Amino acid sequence: MATYILKRLGLALVTLWLLSVLVFLACQVLPGDPGRAILGNLASPSAVAALDHQLGVDRPLVEQYWTWVTGLLHGNFGTSTQFRAPVGPYIKAALVNSIKLAALAFVIVVPLGIVGGVVAALNYGRAADRIISVAGLSATTVPEFVSGIVVIVVFGVALKVLPVSASAGAGASPASQFQHLILPAIPLVLILFGYIARMARAGTIEALNSDYARTATLKGLKRSVVIRRHILRNSLLPTITVIATQLGYLIGGLVIVETLFNYQGIGNLIFKAANSKDFPMLAAGVLTIGIVYMVATLIADILYTVLNPRLRLGGAE
Amino acid sequence: MTDDVAAPAATVAVARVRGEMPPWRLLLRRPTFIVGAAILLFWVVCAVFGHMIAPQDPLAQQLLATNSAPSGAHWFGTDQLGRDVFSRVIVGARSILVISFFATVIGTVAGTALGLAMGYLGGVIDIVGGRIVEAVLALPLVIVAFLFVVAVGPSPQTIIIVIGLVFTPLIARTVRSAVLVERQQDYLASARLLGENRTYIMFVEVLPNVVPVVLVEFTVRLGYAIFTVAGLSFLGFGVQPPTPDWGADISVNYGVLPAGYWWMTLFPALAIASLVIAINLVTDSIEQVLAS
Repeated sequence: MATYILKRLGLALVTLWLLSVLVFLACQVLPGDPGRAILGNLASPSAVAALDHQLGVDRPLVEQYWTWVTGLLHGNFGTSTQFRAPVGPYIKAALVNSIKLAALAFVIVVPLGIVGGVVAALNYGRAADRIISVAGLSATTVPEFVSGIVVIVVFGVALKVLPVSASAGAGASPASQFQHLILPAIPLVLILFGYIARMARAGTIEALNSDYARTATLKGLKRSVVIRRHILRNSLLPTITVIATQLGYLIGGLVIVETLFNYQGIGNLIFKAANSKDFPMLAAGVLTIGIVYMVATLIADILYTVLNPRLRLGGAE
Repeated sequence: MTDDVAAPAATVAVARVRGEMPPWRLLLRRPTFIVGAAILLFWVVCAVFGHMIAPQDPLAQQLLATNSAPSGAHWFGTDQLGRDVFSRVIVGARSILVISFFATVIGTVAGTALGLAMGYLGGVIDIVGGRIVEAVLALPLVIVAFLFVVAVGPSPQTIIIVIGLVFTPLIARTVRSAVLVERQQDYLASARLLGENRTYIMFVEVLPNVVPVVLVEFTVRLGYAIFTVAGLSFLGFGVQPPTPDWGADISVNYGVLPAGYWWMTLFPALAIASLVIAINLVTDSIEQVLAS
């Protein structure tokens, strides 16, 4: 198992490097001349060249990449061009906010998705199964802002029971913060429900068709015992992996929800950075999301190995 | 977030319909398919003939009738510039369908070619391709697509290419696993023994047999493409105003939602929802028929 985890860590590092190259290309190379962008169209070519030299963008690409990456490793995320201040503290504050929202959505969707998937599998092929499957798939593919708008119209505008903005304001009580986060959490729950339910359903169906489930039934165990002791324990294994992977998606998929509800999270930060062409902020935000995403995937893979006795004990391979 | 989509592919390939009834006849007997296809057809007609169907010019501003609620004259009301929301929703079907369709076509063609090569040729191509696909899949792809659209500047062409490139490894992985199943079949051994060359076998023998997998993958990806294109438009990095576009229209108008002007956002939002749900109904039916 140790070999597997090491291999997995190696792949994560390669992916991280690939992501850093992509982010570097997108934020430092593609946008064109930063000196020209900062000074505007009227600046003289010599002033632009001087600023480019000062920023270091006239040096070879590999050298620029190296300076950028070593800076990141030293905790230097660059200076935001829109706030004219270091990027780090903004990212940190936004990430904390995003985690609050993601955590709420997660606490709601995990039990809901598992129950939905298991119920669908136990009613395989019947109406309940078709409804849960198609509704889950639809909920997953309806964009967050579409379901977000529907819940805003229904709960915020028509019924006026919940606040439309996600930010409770500075110094708000935890209860008020929680109330403000309910509406933004719903679109995230809808998106994730389909994935989790689908995995739970597939895992349960597989376990239901297994030999050990048949043996358990034939030796006279009650259906509820077979389901609880034999089926769920096996079927939820792949679901755990999906859930952990979705954690990374949740953090990354917040751009739209946070923008719609004007919540000061990392997604909203990236969106605003993109709009004001604040490339150091954009790069740091995307890298942060990438790292969270990769760590979540890594944990998912390791968790799967640890939880699966077949892989844990027979881990010679 | 897409791992689960690839899984059923191999089974689809094996359990291909060999019944007495052609697959499309089976499809037409499914109510979910008929409903989905009807909604999809409606939007395709709107995308093609939108300007003829729309009761009013979607760009015409009536500054004396701004923000008016749905009524007999304006079924879906008017927006902040007094434009007819109903007409904009009808005509707006074009941009999202065209961009999503071409993005999915690029991803499907490139992904199928890559998957065929990886699965059939194997060896170094499979190992190197597999590693690249694995590394790319570990990235938060939507965020990466967003980053590149921002960096290059939003235009329909950019979005089509970026989404197509993002889809390529996903589709390649699914096609590869279907090809690996086909490789075990006798007809490939006999083709090899007949001395056919590898390119011929790949495209003439293997490709037709993985078409069902590619078809399912295409419809699944089309749903995701619409999701992504709508999202980019909503963020302001898609189709630019004043062109009627569902995501962009929502983006421009959701600010006045709390003030009670719900119709200019809700109707485009429902249009997007109906389109993705329609595609899901069609996809689900095709998968069911191919699996049965």
